[in-house]
Amino acid sequence: MTTISQPDDATVAGMGEPARSRTTRRVRGLSDRTIAWLFVAPTIALLLAINIFPLVWMIRLSFTSLNLSMSYLPLRFVGLDNFTDILGDEDVWMRLQTTAQFVIWSVTFQVIIGFGLALLINRQFRGHSFWTTIILLPMMLSPAVVGNFWTLLLQPQIGPFNSLISLFTGVPPSAFSMTGQVSLAPWTIVLVDTWMWAPYVMLICLAGLRSIPDYIYEAAEVDRASAWRQFWSITLPMTVPFLMLAVLFRAIENFKMFDMVNLLTSGGPGSTTELVSITLKRAAFEKWRTGYSSALAIILFVTVFGAANIYVKALNKVKQR
Amino acid sequence: MSGSVLARSGLSRWFRRGPWETVTMTLIGGGIIMLVQPLSMDLYSYSFVTILAGTVGYVIVSHFPE
Repeated sequence: MTTISQPDDATVAGMGEPARSRTTRRVRGLSDRTIAWLFVAPTIALLLAINIFPLVWMIRLSFTSLNLSMSYLPLRFVGLDNFTDILGDEDVWMRLQTTAQFVIWSVTFQVIIGFGLALLINRQFRGHSFWTTIILLPMMLSPAVVGNFWTLLLQPQIGPFNSLISLFTGVPPSAFSMTGQVSLAPWTIVLVDTWMWAPYVMLICLAGLRSIPDYIYEAAEVDRASAWRQFWSITLPMTVPFLMLAVLFRAIENFKMFDMVNLLTSGGPGSTTELVSITLKRAAFEKWRTGYSSALAIILFVTVFGAANIYVKALNKVKQR
Repeated sequence: MSGSVLARSGLSRWFRRGPWETVTMTLIGGGIIMLVQPLSMDLYSYSFVTILAGTVGYVIVSHFPE
């Protein structure tokens, strides 16, 4: 802690401005710059230890043949072999396609449902705040909770989801399994992700809708524009930047998706819902191919980092509006 | 590199942030599409290099003057 003691007048009297300033600094003991560094240092140290060091270590490992199940073998540098292996591996390519399909479908549904909900919530009605809170609830849950919760809901024997479907279609509840059938499992992860994240898209769209000034709609009313025309010519164009932001953010997040899908299906049945993050986990912690999985992690990291650059650019454009 | 140095050397016409950012962002976007497309293994093989070039390029050009 710094002690600030005031120099007496006799000491200060007769001194020039720079000399006085030097004395004050010496009396304080620590300069402002040092104090600022002292405050920031723990954060920087933590960042270096938790983020930067593992990243640099991972980059180093990606050029080696390290396999943790055979860690007694000497570490061998293999250059770019891990990268060429991954970029020539049809299995990884298929998993990336599965990930892309999951991203495309879930983001599409989230945008449609989120935008629809935002249009509804944007109107003033009785119980408005209550319904907004109810809609936002799924987004506030942890993905681990959502994964377990939906696993129970989708149980063919005891889960209420199958019973509900059975009520409408007449198909017996135990005749199908949402997470166990090849044709249904990909749609199940899309359904659960949409349930969880459509409210987030709704929030962003709501911000966009509330940013449209009322006088534009009033001018449209004067010009006798129909509600449909107002939607296509005012509401939609002025919300598009916000929608783009939501699409980019959700696409990046879903590209990295792991926890919820791992809990719901663990990538099965077979590898129908195996997203690339699950492939990465299997390579790293089931096959113990550390060098290979480090290289795959770097490929995913660079992809997400590149996409995040585009996202930040879009965000700045929206801010300038 | 400062804007004034670029202006003095006459390079500011070429090294403007806007167009170069568009180029690098196109590279990133194109690379991501190459990574996840189901059509060609060759495109997939070159996707990472494309994304890396775009990302490194973006970091560089974001320091260019407006």
